[in-house]
Amino acid sequence: MKFGVVTFPGSNCDQDMVYVLETILNQEVVQLWHKDTDLQGCDFIVLPGGFSYGDYLRSGAIAKLSPIMGEVIKHANNGGYVMGICNGFQILTESGLLEGALLHNNSQKFICKNVYLKPATNDSAITKDLDVNATYQIPIAHGEGRFYADEATIQKLEDNNQILFRYTSKGGDTTEEFNPNGSINNIAGITNEGRNVFGMMPHPERAADEALANEDGKAFFESILAHCK
Amino acid sequence: MKFKAEIDVMPLEALLDPQGKAVSNSMKNIGLPEIDGVRIGRHVRLFVEASNETEASEKVEQACKKLLANQIMESYTFHIEEA
Repeated sequence: MKFGVVTFPGSNCDQDMVYVLETILNQEVVQLWHKDTDLQGCDFIVLPGGFSYGDYLRSGAIAKLSPIMGEVIKHANNGGYVMGICNGFQILTESGLLEGALLHNNSQKFICKNVYLKPATNDSAITKDLDVNATYQIPIAHGEGRFYADEATIQKLEDNNQILFRYTSKGGDTTEEFNPNGSINNIAGITNEGRNVFGMMPHPERAADEALANEDGKAFFESILAHCK
Repeated sequence: MKFKAEIDVMPLEALLDPQGKAVSNSMKNIGLPEIDGVRIGRHVRLFVEASNETEASEKVEQACKKLLANQIMESYTFHIEEA
């Protein structure tokens, strides 16, 4: 699998993502610049976390218009894989590749901490090999992570098993108490109808190295490698 | 002709506006407990070259829909006048 990690001005998790894919998972990785218009034959494009364009206007609003995004949208519309983490997720919703929007956290705070996630479905490449009865400890770091969509869209996402992850307690309790940012139905990540575009606010790439004493995120990447063909 | 547009982008009424809520809560600290319901949006001013006001309005509408507002979470209104 050939991965392409896009760097926008203000991306700051791109090198972590490259490190995990290349060094931990031994994959071929191309670093793409936002002004590029050639995806160099990559099978799987990653939009990393950060503060693209300083979060000016809205998070991800200006990055969606970067030259490379035209190609990323074409790639996704042709069934190619795209994953957005944190700011990458915001760019995906702003560009319309994923539904909904990420609003300011209801706590009025930037939240940087470990949370627990529970896979909501096995019906996607990123969750196929995860245990839907287990929880995974993954860090979040965002000010605008409150997933919102209108009622009809939420219902559709739920009915089609497009919810990938929910915020939960360590024991798997998905009540409001364990919702860090006010996301509807504790939603932490979703996929599109074609199940080839993934977006999530938590950072699995920050939990995939033995040196960090938390490798829960590694399973997400291993599932991708096993099922994205 | 050049036109000036004054655009207001506001969070949708149905959505919690944490920034507005924090500012609302601070009103009592400046001795104005009578003030509440603060909602904070964004004001954008821009200039647009167009042959008439209708065309200018169409261009501003496009700018709002494609970039200045995200209609999933925000609404916009604008006023146009000859610059």
